[in-house]
Amino acid sequence: MTENITAQPKHTSLHGEHEKLGASFTDFGGWDMPLKYGSELAEHRAVRETAGLFDLSHMGEVWVSGDDAAAFLNTALVGNFAVTAVGKAKYSLIVNAEGGIVDDLIVYRIAETRYLVVPNAGNAPTVARLLTERAEGFAVEVTDASADTALIAVQGPNSEAIVRAVVATDDERAAVAGLAYYAWTAVTVAGIDVLLARTGYTGEDGFELYIPADRAPELWQLLLTAGESHGLTPCGLASRDSLRLEAGMPLYGNELNVDTTPFEANLGGVVSFKKTENFVGRAALEAAKEAGSRRVLVGLKGLGRRAGRGGYAVFTPLSEVTDEAPREIGVITSGQPSPTLGHPIALAKLDVSFAEPGTTVEVDLRGKREPFEVVALPFYKRGA
Amino acid sequence: MSQVHAGFRYSEEHEWIDEQSPATVGVSQVAADALGDVVYIELPEVGKQLTAGEVCGEIESTKSVSDLYSPVTGEVVEINDAVVADPALVNSDPYGAAWLFRVAVTAEGPLLSAEEYAAANDATVA
Repeated sequence: MTENITAQPKHTSLHGEHEKLGASFTDFGGWDMPLKYGSELAEHRAVRETAGLFDLSHMGEVWVSGDDAAAFLNTALVGNFAVTAVGKAKYSLIVNAEGGIVDDLIVYRIAETRYLVVPNAGNAPTVARLLTERAEGFAVEVTDASADTALIAVQGPNSEAIVRAVVATDDERAAVAGLAYYAWTAVTVAGIDVLLARTGYTGEDGFELYIPADRAPELWQLLLTAGESHGLTPCGLASRDSLRLEAGMPLYGNELNVDTTPFEANLGGVVSFKKTENFVGRAALEAAKEAGSRRVLVGLKGLGRRAGRGGYAVFTPLSEVTDEAPREIGVITSGQPSPTLGHPIALAKLDVSFAEPGTTVEVDLRGKREPFEVVALPFYKRGA
Repeated sequence: MSQVHAGFRYSEEHEWIDEQSPATVGVSQVAADALGDVVYIELPEVGKQLTAGEVCGEIESTKSVSDLYSPVTGEVVEINDAVVADPALVNSDPYGAAWLFRVAVTAEGPLLSAEEYAAANDATVA
């Protein structure tokens, strides 16, 4: 894996649009992406209260087509895709033979024998390579279309009104309104073919629009114009991260990595042991499930004003009863002040015996320990 | 581009200090822009003895935590409760309403002129 070390940062086809909007940029998995356009807190609030516009073109798009597509995905990934209806999407994982998570991804069933697999930006080349390797012996074709595909997300309570405003016909407007969560439909926007999905990573209602990369600036402009009266705000990766954390969603590289099994990441439910295929990692995951996890992912709520950050150690509280010295029981994987809730939140990997909501633990905030409470996930739930 | 307030002097750690006595200390817009939205500030207490170049508090933004260094040696005589209550002032008015604390200065650390600081940080003096 040396191909990216000397490479220039990659730009999406929307880079010029971001520059025009005055974005500040950050490196993300080898991509030069907008961190924020103005205030990341204002962008965060826009998604919770009106709508936000995201460039996610750095994400990967890998097509899997052929008579064996369903059977192949059932051996390559942990989910059961034979039971996914055409028009639906499923959150899934690709693991290695040891059951470690290589990436989390979304799989859309486009047709009976055709799927779209969407891995994370930095992992896209690895996922495309693994799928190609694992396809040997199956009647499928694996095509990495990441370079030619752009992805724009509209997220927030006003997202449906904005997307309805840009599609071409009454039928399409009805289709947008009727689209279920984790489902997709094909629409046309100003002659641009759009694979429109009701998916996202913010905890809000929202849409993701897959389009040819060369048409992305045009669609971006159309959405910005249509969204003006709906409070649509361009949003960078800073607000995307605070939104996904409030929604309790894991991020690859923080909560998920090859040293973590789905069970340790609270994602045991996406592993299908019922399917007949002997998928990569099956034996290891069966053993891991049987053995149980020593540590699991939990939500923490800060009881003070200071936030815990990724890498900070978690300790048992000092006990007046047992007089026992505090010991390390876990580590924060992501943490920051929650803009919506007004207190610090964090995801942490904690010893199972401390994972019960209501448990008080202490986080080492750069030399000073402060109390945090284990809480149920997600931290923020739309409409709750 | 970040603005550097003319007439103040600056530490390499991005604190500014005015020419009054006692002196007022804040953080520069360069720092505020780099931090992003500031959500929490911890300041030294009134009466505390500060040493130039040493940590005296911290500034937390949505994305990170930074140490606050004292640009001077001396005793804290006043802190700005308004900025503790509303840390976003650091982003909106770093050279005014978001002053942090006042110090009876006995010695200064190394300080840069507004022009020198602006040149070192790709900013403009205004």
